[in-house]
Amino acid sequence: MADVDQKALATFAADADAWFAEHCPRDPGFMLPLTFMEVGTDQQFEFLRDWQHKVWAAGYLGAAWPKDYGGGGLPQAFQDAAMAAMKKHDAPIMLNAIGLNWTGPLLLDMGTEEDRKKYIKGILSAEDIWCQGFSEPENGSDLGNAQLKAVREGDEYVLNGSKIWTTQGNYAKYMILLARTNPDAPNKYAGLSFFLAPMTVPGVTTQPIRKLTGEFGFTQTFFTDARIPASCLMGEEGQGWLVAMRTLEYERGARKGQAGGYMMTSFDAFQIVDLAKRAMRAGAPAIDDPVIRDRLVEFIIEAQGLKLCNERGAIAPLNQDRPMGLPLSNKLAWTEFVRRLNEFAMTLTGAAGGYYVGDENAVDEGLWTRGYLNAFSATIGGGTSQIQRNIVAEHVLGLPKK
Amino acid sequence: MSPGVGAGHMDNLGTIGFSEEQADLMEAASRFCREKSPIEKVRKLIEDETGYDDAVWREIAELGWLGIAIPEEYGGVGLSIAEVAPVIEAMGRAMMAGPFSGTTLAAQAVLASGTDKQKKHVLPKIVEGAIASLAVAEPSGDWRLDRIDARADVEGDDLLLSGVKRFVPDARAARWIIASVIHDGAPGLVMISRSLLTQENCRRETIIDETKRTYELTLDGLRVPKSALLDPAKAREAFEVIERTANLLASAEMTGACAACIDYTIDYLTTRKQFGRTIGSYQALKHPTVDAYVDYEQARSHVYAAAHSFNDQGAGEIAVRMAKAQSLKALTFAADRSIQFHGGFGFTYDCDAQLYRRRAAFHASQFGDEAWQRRRLADLLF
Ligand SMILES: Cc1cc2nc3c(=O)[nH]c(=O)nc-3n(C[C@H](O)[C@H](O)[C@H](O)COP(=O)(O)OP(=O)(O)OC[C@H]3O[C@@H](n4cnc5c(N)ncnc54)[C@H](O)[C@@H]3O)c2cc1C
Repeated sequence: MADVDQKALATFAADADAWFAEHCPRDPGFMLPLTFMEVGTDQQFEFLRDWQHKVWAAGYLGAAWPKDYGGGGLPQAFQDAAMAAMKKHDAPIMLNAIGLNWTGPLLLDMGTEEDRKKYIKGILSAEDIWCQGFSEPENGSDLGNAQLKAVREGDEYVLNGSKIWTTQGNYAKYMILLARTNPDAPNKYAGLSFFLAPMTVPGVTTQPIRKLTGEFGFTQTFFTDARIPASCLMGEEGQGWLVAMRTLEYERGARKGQAGGYMMTSFDAFQIVDLAKRAMRAGAPAIDDPVIRDRLVEFIIEAQGLKLCNERGAIAPLNQDRPMGLPLSNKLAWTEFVRRLNEFAMTLTGAAGGYYVGDENAVDEGLWTRGYLNAFSATIGGGTSQIQRNIVAEHVLGLPKK
Repeated sequence: MSPGVGAGHMDNLGTIGFSEEQADLMEAASRFCREKSPIEKVRKLIEDETGYDDAVWREIAELGWLGIAIPEEYGGVGLSIAEVAPVIEAMGRAMMAGPFSGTTLAAQAVLASGTDKQKKHVLPKIVEGAIASLAVAEPSGDWRLDRIDARADVEGDDLLLSGVKRFVPDARAARWIIASVIHDGAPGLVMISRSLLTQENCRRETIIDETKRTYELTLDGLRVPKSALLDPAKAREAFEVIERTANLLASAEMTGACAACIDYTIDYLTTRKQFGRTIGSYQALKHPTVDAYVDYEQARSHVYAAAHSFNDQGAGEIAVRMAKAQSLKALTFAADRSIQFHGGFGFTYDCDAQLYRRRAAFHASQFGDEAWQRRRLADLLF
């Protein structure tokens, strides 16, 4: 990391800037998902899959992943530069988020050479879409209690049970799967194993679930005597919890090594300032209303605080007291902020806030209203905010579990 | 599809930065303050008339901390106010009492608008440990240059002072007090030396933060030589520096206090038992403590961003006002919950939670509370 070729980096950054300026798709004629959890139509899916493939082929995705597996073999600073260009040019999200942001780094971190060779390139190229089979109908926050059965029979495992809230489940070729291999283990965690499971074998079916927005994005996934090769097991039997916890660290951004590229559209908090200039209240722009102004300032202070915490994370002497404090509280802080911000944006537009996506009078095509509803995806998915508070309390502040 | 970003943009706001000097000072100051200012000592000094330990003060001077943000030509170290921030933060964390921030503030006022002669006279002595103070707040509650009632009128070779100043920190220990006045129809600053102060014109105030000492100063009838006037041409700039510096120092002190307050709360939550359980296992206590912690981390980030961009045109003021608003919010909430989470003990004088809550209340009263900062920020941002 230390000796990054600054000249090469500058050239790379300039090239990336030019590439995204030229290739960023403009208005495909339908609403593009703002997050990877909002891919609800085949049209959206195909569009984003093509886009990811293009970005990878151009060298701007996985730039810092090893060459052997389809990456660019460059220092992280290069991928960061590509990210900056994506952000600058308002690039669409990267579709294969579960592959790029948690499965890939997990494989690079704990996977075998064989698995890396087999899976990583397909993750980057978007040829192989990944989904995550952790939550079950009866076991969500209490993930350690997952009950989907995996029984070893010869060279195979036989899977029975169901997973739920499977993002992109209906598009995925593979699933990172947490399953119970030993129901008689001394404790619930010790009975779990982790699989890199194919979704294409007989006995696996998905049923799309309609979200609160009326759209689609996740499924219930059923396993009925589904047979997968025993080689799909990652690590040893009984190590599932350990691998799952590592996965969640990548998912929640507490650990770095992601391929790069956004799984959620980044927005600038000043967008609501702009909205307040356009929205009218009592015949005047909302931005002239002192109450609105004060709320806006609160949001900007918080947005800036979050941005600064992100920067501060890289400054070791400013993280001495509780080194895991910022990484472990980041998800909680951001997702709750985004939810409240969207809610405020929705109410800011007054009567027009009553229109929803699809009505010609909807403000910004219903972006904020829909954004508010969709914001819960992040305060619930990946571990709810309440669970995040438990984690920060117990693992950062040292408060007792019981 | 997505609405265009208007004139403002998050990228236009300040960023965070941290120098090696800041890191070194943070480490040294943390160690020093922990050692010199355990909470029993803080409690003892509350009972003391001057409110600080002179021996510790002399050590601070020897360590060179009073000269951090003073140029070398005046005997200082030649760094900036950004490097003072970690020292103040450490003092805040240990609730260390004393005239450090008041003196730093007065020194910056002299630096910003003193004549060369005044700087050469005052600053090297401050570096060596002379206490100085700033008198800007008035009975109207205002501290800004456009609302000054105190006056300095020419009378022969002297200036005749009148008016009242409030919340003057450590005035009785100070060798010089820099007071804001109207002179010749315009706002200015004037230096008052110790010899003019008496029991009558310098009354100790009873304030909510008992670790601090402030005084009410009656200027009526005091006479200072004309040469005590700081450069009137630089008065406006000086007032800006004063407000910005005061708020940065207060923010750093409050984040330090906030860290201590959260630690203090956690200590109780992990030891006190009720219903056979450690109370920290109850989510009704656990979750708000996490919220306080998240607020605190953001406050700390704001503080070091404000320190870093302190001198940037525009961005500096925005960053400092944000830091003040956020650190007030964080400390207020953390301390408020700390009182509640200590139960009956939280209601006692012995529980330290009150020290932290009072600290926040005091800083809200000086140089603008949260609403004040946000009101200014609205105009700066949109
Ligand atoms: C948009 C979206 C996408 C998702 N994608 C995936 C995916 O791809 N793969 C996958 O495996 N899962 C996915 N999830 C599932 C998600 O991880 C779970 O919904 C989440 O972990 C909560 O589990 P649950 O739904 O069973 O709720 P429950 O665990 O039943 O929680 C119900 C309520 O109780 C609270 N609660 C529960 N336990 C505690 C506790 N100990 N302390 C305090 N409060 C508690 C929760 O915070 C919540 O408010 C997704 C969810 C959403 C919303």
